[in-house]
Order: sequence, then structure tokens, then C-alpha cells
Amino acid sequence: MIPKSGGRFSDKIMLKKENIMRIAIAFLAAALTAPALADEKPVELKKAPGLDKVEANCAACHSLDYIVMNSPYPSAALWDAEVTKMIKAFGAPIDEADAKEIAAYLKKNYGS
Amino acid sequence: MISRRQILTAAGATALAGSGIATPKFFAAYAADARLNPALPEGLRGAATMETLPGKKPLIKLSYRPPNYESPIEYFRSPITPNDEFFVRYHVSDIPEVDAKTWKLSVGGDGAEKTVELTLDDLKAMPAHEVVAVNQCSGNRRGLFQPHVPGVEWGYGAMGCARWKGARLKDILDKAGIKKETIEIALDGADKPPFDKTPDFVKSIPAWKAMEDTTIVAYEMNGAPLPHLNGFPARLVLPGWTGTYWMKHLVSINALTKPLGTFWMASAYRVPLGKFPMVARFISQETPANTPITEIIVNSLITSHADGANVTAGAEVGGIAWDGGYGISSVEVSIDGGRSWVPAKLGENLGPFAFRTFSHPLTAKGKHTVMARATNKIGQTQTTEINHNPPGYHHNVVHSVTLNVG
Repeated sequence: MIPKSGGRFSDKIMLKKENIMRIAIAFLAAALTAPALADEKPVELKKAPGLDKVEANCAACHSLDYIVMNSPYPSAALWDAEVTKMIKAFGAPIDEADAKEIAAYLKKNYGS
Repeated sequence: MISRRQILTAAGATALAGSGIATPKFFAAYAADARLNPALPEGLRGAATMETLPGKKPLIKLSYRPPNYESPIEYFRSPITPNDEFFVRYHVSDIPEVDAKTWKLSVGGDGAEKTVELTLDDLKAMPAHEVVAVNQCSGNRRGLFQPHVPGVEWGYGAMGCARWKGARLKDILDKAGIKKETIEIALDGADKPPFDKTPDFVKSIPAWKAMEDTTIVAYEMNGAPLPHLNGFPARLVLPGWTGTYWMKHLVSINALTKPLGTFWMASAYRVPLGKFPMVARFISQETPANTPITEIIVNSLITSHADGANVTAGAEVGGIAWDGGYGISSVEVSIDGGRSWVPAKLGENLGPFAFRTFSHPLTAKGKHTVMARATNKIGQTQTTEINHNPPGYHHNVVHSVTLNVG
């Protein structure tokens, strides 16, 4: 567990950690689309326009089986609401253009 | 924030996958579809796999990250669920392996006289209390809701019953000295969200519930240390109440003089007021529209045979029944699709919070729609139709299987 503490000493540690993270992320980006738990296997979604945005944004916080298990959705409005919830309630850093593409992808490929 | 540990484990998995060496046993997976109720979402039935996490028997994988894995129905043939068959449920994905030697539980808050830190040894030195209790996810059976409710699409197995041992929460709170103004007790675990802006999973319970004799901080589950994925080294055990409050990997307990207003209390885990029979209330968190979910509602499950199974005449059909701690008074079985009901034989009583087994002989040959219906000691029983609610909680529709008796 990384303690959430401030001060100069821990700032130095954070810098080092950032370097480690940067290297690790670069390595990962080549190998995987997202960080994974030890037991996580890749979840392949339907190949269609917008998939890159889904993989880049959604998979940062959760495995993509969440999308598959919730399909088909009974209405497009529910997918819109879900994307909004991830941004507003869960703080997902997704910009507006990406959010639109993600919602469109989900409605088309995992909608009703 | 993405943790270093996650990245390292991911990198390890990648290296392993590319190395061409035999993959460890826990990587083996196979489709779970045949075990799943056809009423579950089509996407779930296609994607769910049987997977073996470290230290676990195969469970039905619903999501890898955060990890959500449920027990198949056949694991519920006894009143106690073994640790390696117990379901796994997390809200946030950064789950550290906690070192028992350095682990500390902080007890304080604005409703406490002081803050104290307890080690695992401190906890074990306190008077120990045991309770057999069901831990059931609020959203167990969510996947059976029609219309669809977004979320983890659980079937029947987001629950388990264990013998828990630990220190009473009220004894722990006594060490910090609780002021009379305290109205809620907040609980936080070591697991954290992947981004700072994602609300951390913190829950509170009413002070009155925290002070009950059966409310414990457990460090043992069925006579063994808690499995990592069930909250090692210590978790809250709140008998009778749904799993959302049973905080895993506990790191802090805070006495509060004001209601906890964060996301997981104010916006999540709420049910419409008056929709369900609730005796135990969480008044400091109620609004005119809704209330936090509290007690588990009365329920039962047929576990002896899968839907569609062939059964030898004279064999017994059976399963388990449970409720929010009033105790099961009867389970009735119907073999004609609910037209007539006969009392089943109840099994061993492990206490009011435990699974209670039931059984009934099947003598008439033929194809039967077999159903079970439990009633508790305050007269509550199960529903025949889904009591729909926005988050998909409290599904206790009578379970039904078709059996071919010959």
C-alpha cells in the first residue's frame, strides 16, 4: 500500500515512482491495452469503429467483460446513462468527443 | 492512480504468456454457460467462464477487474460454504496483499475520545466471539431482473455462509471511547480505486447496529485465516445485513457524529422507501424517497439438482433457506409448479443468521416443476414475481427447477 502522505521526502519518492510507472506503462502499451490483475485475460470486444476509444478509456478502470455481461441493453438511453455515470459518478477522465464515440460504439454493438 | 503492483503483475502475466511455458492451473478457464439460468443476459451467458483464482475452486467469473466471481449452485449443498468455494466481490480494483505483521487498524473519528491503532495480535488478544452468518451481496440475482438492471449481472451465487470468529466491534470501539453523539460508524478497507477521482469504497453503519453483540471484526473464517480475496487479515461481519457493509481488509473504523455523505452511502446501495419489508432501519441515512439497503430478505434456493436433471424416484430434493436473522420457520416444496405446497424437512440449525438446509423426497415419477418457498419467524415469505427496483437488489423470487423423476 502506498501511503498518501505529503512533504519533500515523499515527493521524491513519488517522482521515482512516476519514472517507474512511465517505463512500465510504455512496456504495457506495447503488450496490453490496459493494466490487468494477475488472473486477467484479454476480453475481446466486437471490432467496429470506436473500439479503440473503448479500450483506451474504459479498460483503464475495469475489465471489458463488464460491457459484454450487460448486453444487450434494453435501450440506447441506458448506455448513454452508463457512460455519463462513469464520468460524473466515478470520475473517469474521458473527454466529450471520446465519450460520444464510446456511447455510439456501445449502442451499435452491445445495444438493444 | 494505477498502482505499481498492478503494473508489475500485468507485466508478469504478459511475460508468462509470451514465454511459451505451461500456464499455471489458475489460468485454466472454461465456459460457464451450461450452469447459468437462461434468464440471465445473453452477453453474460456467452462471456462468463469457470476460472480458478489462487486458493479457490472454480468459480463463475463475471468480471476480472475488479474481480467479481460467484459460486455455482452446487457449492450450496451444505449450510457452511468452504473458504475455497466462497464468492469474490470487489468495487475497486487496486487490491493490495496485506502483510499481517505490519497491518494496523486505526480506530477514531470525531465521535471518538481518541484514536488508537490495533495490530492483529491486539485484535486476537481481545475476547473472541463466533457467529455463523450469511454474507450475501445486495445485488445477488441482479442478472435475473427484467427489464435489465445495469451492474454486475449476478446469478444465484453471490453469497456464502461461514463461521466467523473475531473481536466484537463494540469492544474495539470502547478502546477509542465513543461519545454519545456518535450516530454512525464508518469503515474503510485497504482496497482503493484506480483513479483518485473515483470514490473510495467506504461504508457506514448505524451506531446501534455497530454495538450489537453479533457485530464482529473477523480474523477467522471457518477456522482459518480469511482468504486474501475475502478480506484478509480482518473484515467486518454484520450478520443479517447485506454484504455491502462487510468491509474487507479493514484499515480504519471511524465514529461519526454526522451521517457519511459520500457516493457509496448517498447514491449507491439504496432502495425505494417502503418497497421491501424492513424491520431494521438506518434512519440517519434515510431520505423521503429511499433508504440504504439493510437486512437480507427471506430467501431459498434448490441446490441438490440442476434445472433439467434426471432424478431417481425416492431421492430427495433439497437446498438452503436464509433471512436477515429472524430465523427460518418453514420451507415448503411444490412439485406441481406452485399449485400445492407441502412442508419440507429442515436440517441442522446453526443459528438465525446461517443457511438452513431443507429436503423433501420426490416419489411421484414424471416431469415436475419443483419449487421451494421459505418463511421466517416474523412471517415474511418470498415473492412469486420480481419486485423491480432501480439498483436490482433483494431478488427473492421463488426458485424453480424442472426435474425428470424416474
